[in-house]
Amino acid sequence: MKRQLLASICACTLLAASLLSACSSGGGNAQQTGGEAGSGQESSAASGSAASTGSSGGKKLAFVVKSTGNPYMERMIDGFKDVASKLGHTVVVKEPEQPTAEAQISMINEVVAQKVDGIAVAANDPDALQPILSKAKEKGIKVVSCDSSVNAQSRDVHVNQADPVAIGKALVEAAYDMTGGKGEFAILSATSQATNQNAWIAQMKEVLKNSKYANLKLDKIAYGDDLRDKSTTEMEGLLKSYPNLKCVVSPTTVGLAAASKVLVDQGYAEKIKITGLGLPSEMATYIEKGVCPYMYLWNPIDVGKLTAYTLDALVQGKIKGEMGETFEAGDMGSKKVTTAADGGTEILLGDPFKFDKENIGQWKSVY
Amino acid sequence: MDTTSPKKTLKIQSYRQLGLVAFIVIICIAIQFRNSRFLTVSNLLDLLTDDAILCILSVGMMSVILTGAIDLSIGSTIALSGMTTALCVSKVQTLHPLVCILIGCAVGFLCGAVNGFLVAKCAVPPFIATLGMMDIFRGLTYVISGGRWVSAYQMPESFKAIGTAKVADVHVYILIAIVVFAVAYYFFSYSRTGRKIYAVGSNQLSARITGINTAKISWLVYIIMGTLAGLCGVLWVSKYASAQGDTATGEEMSAIAACVLGGVGITGGSGKISGLILGAVFIGILNNALPIIHVSTFWQNFIEGAIILIAVLMNFAVKRHSERATLRRRKI
Amino acid sequence: MNLENTVRGGSGRKFNAGKFFLRWEWMLVFLFVIVNIFNSSISSYYWQPETFMDAPMSFLDKAFMVMPMALVLLLGMIDISVGSTVALASVLMGVSYRAGMPMGLAMVVCLAVGTGCGMINGLILAKYDEQQLPSMIITLATMTIYRGLALIILKDQSVGNFPSWFSYLGWGYVGGVPFILIAFAVFAVFFLILLHKTSFGRQLYGMGNNLKACRYSGIKTARNKILVYTMLGFMAGVCALFLTSKMGSTRPNVANGYELEVIAMAALGGFSTFGGKGNMIGAILAAFIIGFLRYGLGLINASSELILIIIGVLLIASVLASNVKPKMKLPEEKESPEKKSQ
Repeated sequence: MKRQLLASICACTLLAASLLSACSSGGGNAQQTGGEAGSGQESSAASGSAASTGSSGGKKLAFVVKSTGNPYMERMIDGFKDVASKLGHTVVVKEPEQPTAEAQISMINEVVAQKVDGIAVAANDPDALQPILSKAKEKGIKVVSCDSSVNAQSRDVHVNQADPVAIGKALVEAAYDMTGGKGEFAILSATSQATNQNAWIAQMKEVLKNSKYANLKLDKIAYGDDLRDKSTTEMEGLLKSYPNLKCVVSPTTVGLAAASKVLVDQGYAEKIKITGLGLPSEMATYIEKGVCPYMYLWNPIDVGKLTAYTLDALVQGKIKGEMGETFEAGDMGSKKVTTAADGGTEILLGDPFKFDKENIGQWKSVY
Repeated sequence: MDTTSPKKTLKIQSYRQLGLVAFIVIICIAIQFRNSRFLTVSNLLDLLTDDAILCILSVGMMSVILTGAIDLSIGSTIALSGMTTALCVSKVQTLHPLVCILIGCAVGFLCGAVNGFLVAKCAVPPFIATLGMMDIFRGLTYVISGGRWVSAYQMPESFKAIGTAKVADVHVYILIAIVVFAVAYYFFSYSRTGRKIYAVGSNQLSARITGINTAKISWLVYIIMGTLAGLCGVLWVSKYASAQGDTATGEEMSAIAACVLGGVGITGGSGKISGLILGAVFIGILNNALPIIHVSTFWQNFIEGAIILIAVLMNFAVKRHSERATLRRRKI
Repeated sequence: MNLENTVRGGSGRKFNAGKFFLRWEWMLVFLFVIVNIFNSSISSYYWQPETFMDAPMSFLDKAFMVMPMALVLLLGMIDISVGSTVALASVLMGVSYRAGMPMGLAMVVCLAVGTGCGMINGLILAKYDEQQLPSMIITLATMTIYRGLALIILKDQSVGNFPSWFSYLGWGYVGGVPFILIAFAVFAVFFLILLHKTSFGRQLYGMGNNLKACRYSGIKTARNKILVYTMLGFMAGVCALFLTSKMGSTRPNVANGYELEVIAMAALGGFSTFGGKGNMIGAILAAFIIGFLRYGLGLINASSELILIIIGVLLIASVLASNVKPKMKLPEEKESPEKKSQ
């Protein structure tokens, strides 16, 4: 009886303690994002309440990303928070613990209930968020997707890091180059449902139809699920199933890093080359070693910044997300809204950037 | 007690696992047909290296299941201990690999101790206790890392070398797994505490009446599981040179599957290391073979599930047959 | 194993008010009230009718499966394949609709598939008990198989473009009350009556306490097991309907991880994994508690990892506070409870 009482007291105190910490961290979340990003004075004044402090700013913006922890997502968030707080908005960042569409639906529901003015989302599924985002739009909330788009009906405009056609072409060219014009190559992707990767792979397949690449054969598309262990096992499987493999293309940062490690550890660094989309910080050693002659990416921090500028422009009423509109994206210059491949509108960040031995030294500490 | 002669008893014992052995042989032959590089030394060594972590985990899981309990939190324990070690090593780059392993084991030890405390002393049903702790440990993993991952370039070479170290061309992990199996074999078959574990799992009430401290035993098995999971955390993070928040999600299910396939009764009290080795190796074969049998990736899940189901059913059928045969042989 | 939890009067026993209110379910009601007070105190957005009505939508699709899962737990068994069943049912519904089937018929396909998957589980597990054929490993295998089937069928595609009335299921309101809440209430009443007012429910309690005794008493244990798993499969189909309506589209990877959440809700509801005890009201309350708590914490933007920790602590704390598992007492311990060993 005594032990039961003691146990229940312990249990209740533990529960109370964790709930209190939720309050302080959650409630403080809105303030923190304003305070920590650089210019202390005006941002801390603008955060906390919904009161507007300047001519621009004072709105509440939400950013829902794919999942928590991924360095790529983290840097996008950094860029977004940086710009949004400089413009005087409060930011709510939602990171689901599992990269599922269901989690994102719940999170968008929650930010809608908090009466935000704008939502930016890097979607886990292009179609599954349509009902909830349509509901948000009906309430007058502006919707922007970035990195991984939602379908045209769900959004006002999409912020695209790079043209998928350009990415597909660049990756196929890289494979062509690394196999010496003919040979077998394989793709190591993220999950089989990943929007971005599927779009880029589809473009790669389109490019491969060109007669120039007639001697380049795609052996297999393996899915590493953006998990290190699965990516490693899939890569090892590729090496065993296709002994004539000359090149591997991995359009995901986790897959590229994992597969490069496998190549180096198993001694294939001379025989097989690897390329894809990777973070310079993670891939620096492999580029220096030569197993990855070059790779592509763009700056995720810039993606975040551009998303914030775009959402700001939408929320302030400067643009509506229609074709042909232009707006000023702060230090990123003037940006134009163009048509996207899926029928909606988008804003392009730029072209994919090539990382190789020459420039990796300066980029590996940036992101 | 059955009154058959010792020779016949031996036949029945090995008979139990014969179903699984036969199945493994069939599967290996089938895979070899699809990809002749399966039964090569290098591939088999790869297989065992990848499987080593699961083997170590299943030893821990077996000790827990033997007492009639279960532990669903080992995936999160691996993540927590791996992340802790990775964070330590990224901050203090000169940390000796052995110290890292100790840190990992210590974290695992604590996790196991908490689980054991809840189950043994607070009488929380093991499923619920470990389900709750699974969430808590996973959440803690994110909290201590600030939601960020620890990547390869943040880890010193000495740490990453653990994951690639070899002794005479055999990966260190395989050796560690063999050592763990050997110690476990001795522990369960020949030590007093090991026998007590079986007793607690077979009939907790009787065990307590005989004077066995059942709470201590229940606590002990969780500590064993936790420490082994902690060790696996370090091994995992070093092998893949990356500590993520979602590391090892679902690993507990693989460990449970390995135990059940290896003949460890889920209600406790029965199971041998020899069977467990078979079960763990079988899962390892599955994981290794699926990417190389030249089937569409989208068929992999289905094939894996079907094979496990057939293996379980076959194992069950053989066991029932052998038990019936024992009964028939009894002299009344 | 306290039969007083399940018997309400009618047996000649006196109504013990003290014991009645000390029950697990009242603690859950108390917890529910606390959660609501907590939620409204931390966020000003909570106590608004639209928010309050929105909250159920986020978890009710899972909650459909909590009730039959409670029955499975009552039997002392488990089913971790429900998430995959939802995915398969949803995928097959989408594919049927895309192939030209009218939507109503596709919805029937969804329910049929769910029921079928559940029935397969039940058929395999019917004749043998936990020691021989553990339900955990069988449902682990079927979980992988069903998800695998969904992947084989849809691969990396999605299916959507359902008729506009379909979204009414997940998002529609009937006179201010969400449709999904009404549907849930209907099923809740059904399961409440099933467990507490029918002989079938009594048989389930018996089976959970002592399966062998029930079998020898003539209760059709195999049939009951099949029925329970089939019901769980059917409700998984219902969940698939609402989930697909909520998302407006479907893919093979939906409902990932649903099984453990559903089991956690049922466990919080007082259904011990050992079987033999629990009240359906508890399961329903537990689903609402966890659902509302998550929603409330989400409104203040607590990080998802913190929410994870809190749910875990909640689960353990509530079990600790009531010490669900009955401790086995040795004969001499019953006489002198102070002399408990350890």
